[in-house]
Amino acid sequence: MRLQFILSEIGIGLRRNLSMTVSVVLVTFVCLTFLGAAALLQTQIGKMKDDWYDKVEVSVFLCPANSAERTCAAGEVTEEQRQDILGALEAPEVAPYIEQVYTETKEEAYESFQRQFGDQFWASAATVDDMNASYRIKLTDPEQYQVVADVVSGRPGVEDVEDQRRLFDNLFLVLDRATWAAGGIAAIMLLAAVLLITTTIRLSALSRRRETGIMRLVGASTLFIQLPFMLEGAIAATIGAALAVTGLWFGVEYLVTDWLGQSVTWVPYVSTADVLAIAPLLLVVAIVLATISSLVTLSRYTKV
Amino acid sequence: MIRFENVTKVYARGARPALDRVSLDVERGEFVFLVGASGSGKSTFLRLVLREERASAGRVFVAGKELGSLSSWKVPHLRRQIGAVFQDFRLLPNKTVFENVAFALQVIGKPRHHILTTVPDVLDMVGLAGKEKRRPHELSGGEQQRVAIARAFVNRPSILLADEPTGNLDPTTSLGIMRLLDRINRTGTTVVMATHDDEIVDQMRKRVVELSTGEMVRDQSRGVYGSDR
Repeated sequence: MRLQFILSEIGIGLRRNLSMTVSVVLVTFVCLTFLGAAALLQTQIGKMKDDWYDKVEVSVFLCPANSAERTCAAGEVTEEQRQDILGALEAPEVAPYIEQVYTETKEEAYESFQRQFGDQFWASAATVDDMNASYRIKLTDPEQYQVVADVVSGRPGVEDVEDQRRLFDNLFLVLDRATWAAGGIAAIMLLAAVLLITTTIRLSALSRRRETGIMRLVGASTLFIQLPFMLEGAIAATIGAALAVTGLWFGVEYLVTDWLGQSVTWVPYVSTADVLAIAPLLLVVAIVLATISSLVTLSRYTKV
Repeated sequence: MIRFENVTKVYARGARPALDRVSLDVERGEFVFLVGASGSGKSTFLRLVLREERASAGRVFVAGKELGSLSSWKVPHLRRQIGAVFQDFRLLPNKTVFENVAFALQVIGKPRHHILTTVPDVLDMVGLAGKEKRRPHELSGGEQQRVAIARAFVNRPSILLADEPTGNLDPTTSLGIMRLLDRINRTGTTVVMATHDDEIVDQMRKRVVELSTGEMVRDQSRGVYGSDR
């Protein structure tokens, strides 16, 4: 009897304030979509770091025959300089960070250059001597790039030290800022959602003042009086959350998996599984949102 | 059943008290008229019994409980023992007669079968058998008040409070309502009725408590409306 009664009260409340209910649903929908997008962006960054940092190497480019670099004043790198560089990398304070050192001769560099760009007209002008010989260093922990770079850069015979990670860092910076932007919009929408739910519950409580007055009079418990209003807010917010999850799911499925995934294949993308993973978070946010708004409102408008 | 010990109620700081050191005892099963001009404190008295207000000083006992120390989550249980009827009926316009009465039981969680047997009984008792499906606006004032009484009485409270229940009704209809209240009183329910209706008070010859600007000026068993008569 109780449950049935509460459910019918909720139904009446939701229908009576239909336009308000719809606006609560939409605002939570937009709010949680941005929140979810922010979470997915962070997941995306995490995935790319996991995937790429494993492949990342530090390249120590050795001096070619004619280079303007100060460290290359002596001309092409000598065998002595090579030994000096390798010796520095094997020093006990650096060695633990290094997994392996590959040597690439300028002939190998030329070969791979031609393989990559051989069909371009400008590539045919390059000669073996234009290429840098290099050491490719694989790190045990990609975050420790600086330690290795400090040891070798500036040594005679080293033209340049390049961390491939730096190339990604710009991309990660962009994604990070996008996360902040999405999070910021989500926060503003969150505020709007709280205010809107508060107003909706207040209107609902006022429009049913007569009922609640009688309920108080005949001795209905406070919880019984307030529960329908709280559930109304919670239901609307939950529908909003469900819509947000659905929206994100379709967004990831069609935009990321089907479109980006087909055209730019070398990037590990977030999948619909990741959307489902953040779904509980969005749901919890929606319910907490509704509960806080109801508690604040109801303590003022349906006093016993 | 109801006991006031030196009860004072002041609404706004510094204002004249709505009730001023009122002491009163109402026994179980009594019928008491509360008379006095508007603003004499009748409604305040009833609101204190319902614990819609708390006494500023003194103690109020209802059904054995001291209301000043009653925690607010126990108030609903107190109110289940009290039925209340008002001048403006306070019915729900979009519910039928049956639903209006059943509402009082639904919201305190009574089971469906209990509602289905109790509501027709009480509607029969107040003389509304056959009008279960009507809505309040399809009823006369007297009939609407009967619905309100049925709602107040359906949970068999031990106390029935009536705040000018005949205030909006013509004399003949009022008499019918009074017969109904008298009948409820004879089932053992304590009835406290605030009223302006001298004819009714004179006719019923019940206990009369008169309030004047918050003070109790008369407590007379088998009394009449005006003390000078």
